[in-house]
Amino acid sequence: MKYMLLINAGAVGADGGAAECTVEDWMTYDQQVKDAGIFVSGESLADLVTATSVHVGADGGRVVTDGPFAETREVLGGFYVIDVPDLDVALDWAARCPGARGSGSVVVRPIADFGA
Amino acid sequence: MAAVFREEHGRLLAALTRRFGDLDLAEESASDAIEAALAHWPAHGVPLNPGAWLMTTARRKAVDRLRRDRTYTARLAELRVEAERAEQAPVVAEDGGLPDERLRLFFTCAHPALAEEDRGALTLRCLAGLTTPEVARAYLVPVETMAKRITRAKAKIRDARIPFRVPEPEELPERLPGVLQVLYSIFTEGYAASTGPHLQRLDLAEEAIRLATILRRLLPGEREVTGLLALMLLIHARRAARTDPDGLPVLLDAQDRGAWDRTMIEEGLALVPSALRGGPPGRYGVQAAIAALHDEAADITTTDWPQIVALYDVLLTIAPSPIIAMNRAAAIALRDGPAAGLALLDALADDPRLQRHHPYHAARADLLTRLSRHPEAATAYRQALTHATTTPDRALLQARLDALDS
Repeated sequence: MKYMLLINAGAVGADGGAAECTVEDWMTYDQQVKDAGIFVSGESLADLVTATSVHVGADGGRVVTDGPFAETREVLGGFYVIDVPDLDVALDWAARCPGARGSGSVVVRPIADFGA
Repeated sequence: MAAVFREEHGRLLAALTRRFGDLDLAEESASDAIEAALAHWPAHGVPLNPGAWLMTTARRKAVDRLRRDRTYTARLAELRVEAERAEQAPVVAEDGGLPDERLRLFFTCAHPALAEEDRGALTLRCLAGLTTPEVARAYLVPVETMAKRITRAKAKIRDARIPFRVPEPEELPERLPGVLQVLYSIFTEGYAASTGPHLQRLDLAEEAIRLATILRRLLPGEREVTGLLALMLLIHARRAARTDPDGLPVLLDAQDRGAWDRTMIEEGLALVPSALRGGPPGRYGVQAAIAALHDEAADITTTDWPQIVALYDVLLTIAPSPIIAMNRAAAIALRDGPAAGLALLDALADDPRLQRHHPYHAARADLLTRLSRHPEAATAYRQALTHATTTPDRALLQARLDALDS
């Protein structure tokens, strides 16, 4: 079963990454996910200042705005999609993720399966 | 006759859940099998091996349901995989009965990924064999509300795929306290949490004791399981003395100790040594030891308060909480006098949880009364009344307040 790990950074450091872990932590984790054969996909997102929001109104017109910026305390910094047997295994991988430490958190969400 | 199946229901449900990997299907086929047994056995006699009969019948009923029900057919492919994986599981245990898969179900129902309020309800439904209306009545919520909560929890188990498995030994320290917490909250719910007028409710305390007894059989080596069972027995033994004929609560110092259930006390006392032996003590073991000292004492004055204070000191290091600090202060009051206890209670006044906890204000009021500081005692009783929700609790507090004024 596929799960998405949504990695939320609490306090964001000057480099845009979570303050509590190093680049080496992330590289190690990334390697572990790939070595375990559970990796489906995963990306880390560019800094929030590069974000743009699009909304299409009832009249069909598009509204493009800069941001959103830190309206919420937690900022989505990246994600993994992993394929593991059950939620306990997914929670184990979430707990090992550097993004789960300190002020960060990882939200685990099953991927909806419409194929069955 | 249906009551006979309550224990069997939990075993059957756990075995079927293991087999199908689907709680809904397991539940429906278990009900079908028990219904069939109720129709069949009185006329044809109870089969030689009732467990195997129920299991075979339930599996046949499950196949019927899968053929009939489109929502299940959609999951059939997945279920087949699960069924094959479970194929290694024995169909019957060595003693010829059903294999006992209930431990898995305990951990699933108490899984931390489920909403805390749903875990107790699900445990009562799946392991104690209560019907949804019975669970609703026990928690004093409308049946539809409870049905929604149970459905929501089962949907999360299915859709997020919370596994049916016993955690590995190294995971137990993290996962077992969650299961114990569920049983303890069922137990305390049976005592305290009812709101409004006292109603005839199913005895949740007894259900919790029954569940803890089953869990202890499944995990005989876990001291905290033993400690929790001992604690429940030692507290529940006082049930007949806890309320007066009008249904008002009677506090420990005023209880008729002759009305305590000696058999249950003996049962609890016998468990305490094994709950405390062989390693650092756990919170339930220490709490059981405190309850044991109360149950062994002839009255409040001959109670071993120094020992109780010492046990609270241990408890505060294992499981620090303002409630335990409050109980320790009350024990100090009985060891060293009301002034000493009051000073400790007042030092806890900044805690917002205690401020909303009516026993905190009632304990202060009681000590202030003993110190003849009646106006302050009256204020404290009024504060307690603003936070007490059950009718009996409110009546007791009002009576104490009235006694001050007269």
